[in-house]
Amino acid sequence: MDYEFHWNVVFQNMPELLNGAFVTLHVSVLAMLLGIVIAILLAIAKMNNSKPYCYIATTWVEIARNTPAIFQIYMAYFGLGALGIHLSPYVAVLSALVFINAGYLTETFRGGFQSIPSTQYSASKSLGMTSIQVYRYIILPQMLRRIYHPMTNQFVWSILMSSLGILVGMGELSGTTQRLQSLSFRTLEFFMVAAVMYFIITKLVLISSSLLSRKLFKGEI
Amino acid sequence: MISIQNVHKSFGDLEVLKGVSLDVNDGEVVSIIGGSGSGKSTLLYCINAIENIQKGKIIVDGVDVHSKETNKDKLRQKLGMVFQQWNSFPHMTVLENAALAPRIVKKMSKAEAIEVAKKELVHVGLGDKFDVYPTKMSGGQQQRLAIARALAMKPDYMLFDEVTSALDPELVGEVLDTLRLLADEGMTMICVTHEMGFARDVSDRVAYFHEGVIAELGEAKQVITDPQNPLTQKFLSKVR
Repeated sequence: MDYEFHWNVVFQNMPELLNGAFVTLHVSVLAMLLGIVIAILLAIAKMNNSKPYCYIATTWVEIARNTPAIFQIYMAYFGLGALGIHLSPYVAVLSALVFINAGYLTETFRGGFQSIPSTQYSASKSLGMTSIQVYRYIILPQMLRRIYHPMTNQFVWSILMSSLGILVGMGELSGTTQRLQSLSFRTLEFFMVAAVMYFIITKLVLISSSLLSRKLFKGEI
Repeated sequence: MISIQNVHKSFGDLEVLKGVSLDVNDGEVVSIIGGSGSGKSTLLYCINAIENIQKGKIIVDGVDVHSKETNKDKLRQKLGMVFQQWNSFPHMTVLENAALAPRIVKKMSKAEAIEVAKKELVHVGLGDKFDVYPTKMSGGQQQRLAIARALAMKPDYMLFDEVTSALDPELVGEVLDTLRLLADEGMTMICVTHEMGFARDVSDRVAYFHEGVIAELGEAKQVITDPQNPLTQKFLSKVR
């Protein structure tokens, strides 16, 4: 082994790397939030028996869950580009991640909802609660605990998948790392540091999520 | 007073109640016995409008339960119900379980709701369980919690749907004792039950359901110990 590590250039470019990490976090958080909103609508559509909505939701979920993420990103960037709709790399990656997050979370939400026994609903109704109160106080809090950890996993997945932004020249952590290493030829150093940054980001997300869950969910299921 | 008048109820093609009539007076305890599928539980669900009906009427204190104009959520406040599956809210402590509905439905202050809830929990013998989560308790304790939770709404009537059927045998007694206590206090109760001893000793009247109709209705001791209808005789000889 005669590879000589040169870390100086990495440290000089630290502000750019940190900026890339920030973009990574930014796009993943946004993709998660939008994904959750759409997934709630899709889950309601799927549980509803009105055919057209159910059909749209099922198609969405099937495509999102059964095709590679890289395909979604290419479709959003090059595919739509060919049709004359030019998205920036950021928007293309964001749309692809939202599409996939929504697909997976739809099934998570639907499963979570269906795992609450319907007798919880009748018991609450028998106490005089309105339907909205039943959802607000009984169904949703129980559902949230059941889908909380799958949702955290989806968030971590989405942080890591945003690294595919490298393929369309997005300035997130991987894209930035790629650009900097090609200028300096310190490939190993840059990618090692980027890997550590990904690790720290996801660990921080997981730790805060678990602390939050302890605060949110005191009872047992 | 609860007045059930010629009630018919179907699930699709299956007619479960085929013209049931029964008046339950204030302070009275009526037990409903009968084989499974005879429509006993369905009647309770119809009384508090969880299920709709196809024909007939159910009148509670002069209010037509199934009329479109009736505010069913408001009506249910006076009809407490306890189910076979105790349905405690697993994400709340025992005290929160009992205080929730008084607070959000009756709009009591938090302190008032807690006071009412504590009183009812003590009433059913759960005075030492306020801060416990229901999943940590036995089925009998959870069923008593369900009773306290319903009582905290200060209902005028209590509907009990086979509340001991899902319990281990050694836990049945504590729940029946609670029901007995309520009956002694003068609560108006309709109990769907398989406990013939309870029906005989605690209720004023017993109705025997057979295939969606009341085949026999009479004074409790008489129906259980000396049934007149051959169907009742056959049923009771099997369950004893």
